[in-house]
Amino acid sequence: MLDFIARRLIAIIPVLTVVAVFVFLMLRLTPGDPAAVIAGDNATSDQIADIRTKLGLDEPIWTQFVIWIGNILQGNFGESFFFKKTVAELIAQRVEPTLALAVCTLIIAITVAVPMGVLAAYRHGSLIDRFVMGFSVLGFSVPVFVIGYCLIYVFAIELGWLPVQGYVRIGVNFWGFLERMVLPSITLAVIFVALIARMTRASVLEVLNEDYIRTARAKGLSNRVVLMRHALRNAAVPILTVIGLGIAGLIGGAVVTESVYGLPGLGRLTVEAVLSRDFPTIQTVILLFSVVYVVINLLIDISYTLFDPRIRY
Amino acid sequence: MSAITPEEIVDSASIAAASTKRKSLWALAVRNTAVIFGGSILLVMLAIAILAPFLGTVDPTRIDPAARNKPPGTEITFRLDDGQTAKRVVLMGTDSLGRDVYSRVLYGTRVSLVIGVAVAVASIAIGLVIGLVSGYVRWADGIIMRIMDGLMAIPGILLAIALVSIWRAGLITVIFAIVVPDVPRVVRLVRSVVLTVREEPYVEGAISVGTPTWTLMFRHILPNTVAPLIVQGTFIAAAAIIAEAILSFLGIGIPPEIPSWGNIMAEGRTLFRVFPHNIFFPGIFLALTVLAINVMGDGLRDTLDPKMSKKV
Repeated sequence: MLDFIARRLIAIIPVLTVVAVFVFLMLRLTPGDPAAVIAGDNATSDQIADIRTKLGLDEPIWTQFVIWIGNILQGNFGESFFFKKTVAELIAQRVEPTLALAVCTLIIAITVAVPMGVLAAYRHGSLIDRFVMGFSVLGFSVPVFVIGYCLIYVFAIELGWLPVQGYVRIGVNFWGFLERMVLPSITLAVIFVALIARMTRASVLEVLNEDYIRTARAKGLSNRVVLMRHALRNAAVPILTVIGLGIAGLIGGAVVTESVYGLPGLGRLTVEAVLSRDFPTIQTVILLFSVVYVVINLLIDISYTLFDPRIRY
Repeated sequence: MSAITPEEIVDSASIAAASTKRKSLWALAVRNTAVIFGGSILLVMLAIAILAPFLGTVDPTRIDPAARNKPPGTEITFRLDDGQTAKRVVLMGTDSLGRDVYSRVLYGTRVSLVIGVAVAVASIAIGLVIGLVSGYVRWADGIIMRIMDGLMAIPGILLAIALVSIWRAGLITVIFAIVVPDVPRVVRLVRSVVLTVREEPYVEGAISVGTPTWTLMFRHILPNTVAPLIVQGTFIAAAAIIAEAILSFLGIGIPPEIPSWGNIMAEGRTLFRVFPHNIFFPGIFLALTVLAINVMGDGLRDTLDPKMSKKV
């Protein structure tokens, strides 16, 4: 097991290296002097010269990469000249809304989608099954911001049940926080529900044909026990995999959802950074999201053994 | 001189087998309900895109300060080029610059369809070449796949946002930015097909009679990638249309003066509470188009690529 974890950890090194090289090259691919691009439009020539020496821009490109990656590994992500802060501070400020949104979305998505998928598989070919499949295709097709605005229109504007936009920190006012999290998380959960329900259905459907399910039924176990303990548990691995891969979509969706609902999270920060061409921030956010995505998938890989003891590494 | 070489026998046999199989699959595909349903909606969208100037539209970029923010169904008075005034009902209202939303939405169909087709074609073309090389050239495989894995580690929309931020936004930049995240997926698909097919007896047979590598690739391996790639292509097109809308909606997509559904919605964001029509109409068109492509893709997958349909 430890051996497996070590091997998987080593395997993500080349992946993250490619990501780092891409993120590093981003700034070099933009037209113009990288130092001037980082410093922004209102920079003095002293500031630009200062950045130039700090990043070693007069050195060959591979030395620049070593300097850059060295800084990153020490937690020094550079300075955002647009926001007048270090990038690390900026990100620390913006993490909470994104994290909260992601957690709420995952909770909603999994608690809705898994039972939906199991039910669809159990009643294969029925009206429920068709509804679940129909919803799933629809969920993939309606863009997240259209869902967002429809929900705002109905629940915030017409019915007035929930606030339209904005964010309250979880420590400041928990009720206010929750109130403002409902619509964004449902919005972002729709596509996730579509994805997970579809995979759960397919996976459970396959398992239901196995001999041990027939045996379990023959023993006289109730449908619920057969479905939950025998079928779902054996179907868990593909479901977990699709949740892990779906994290990429979740991150992309968070960028949009945060913009729709005015949440001051990392997604919104990404868009603000692109609009103001604040490269240190863009680079760090992309690096951060990619690392999170890779690490979550690594954890999911490792967790397979918990769900399926047949898998031994 | 013998009339037929062994190589020709192997070739003609596999081609005959492949073509009859493909013909029947196509016949099956066009009779599939999902394909017919999705395809018909798409044809309507295509007709709208082509016929946009003749469907009672006005210039979608024409600004009319007197007719700003009119709700759908309002009758507005506008000035003709010769100075006279005329009345016109705005079906989908006007935006905050007084541009006709109906015309903008109809012209926006063009942008979305072009993006969908261009991204699907480009990412498949690039992915196909890289995938064939990766599956066939052993020494290149390791390097190519590591790069592809790395690209896939960056969430797609984020990678597109990063690429758009490098070069200032334009139609070509946006298409390129949406293509890049899709390429690794195509590469993986093509590579897996190549790796499976090259173990097949008919390919081994072709190799044993000395078929040159190029012939082998184009005659024996490439045809096997067609069905899965068409299926993949429809899903890429659907995702690309959404991706363009997202980028434009965030204000980092194609330039705002081009009427695309994402741009119309981006423009309508600020006044959404009062004038939701700016978001709803393009939203409905966008969702309907993407839905049609996805439904068609599902149908194509079930008929053309039954192995894959069992997986998901």
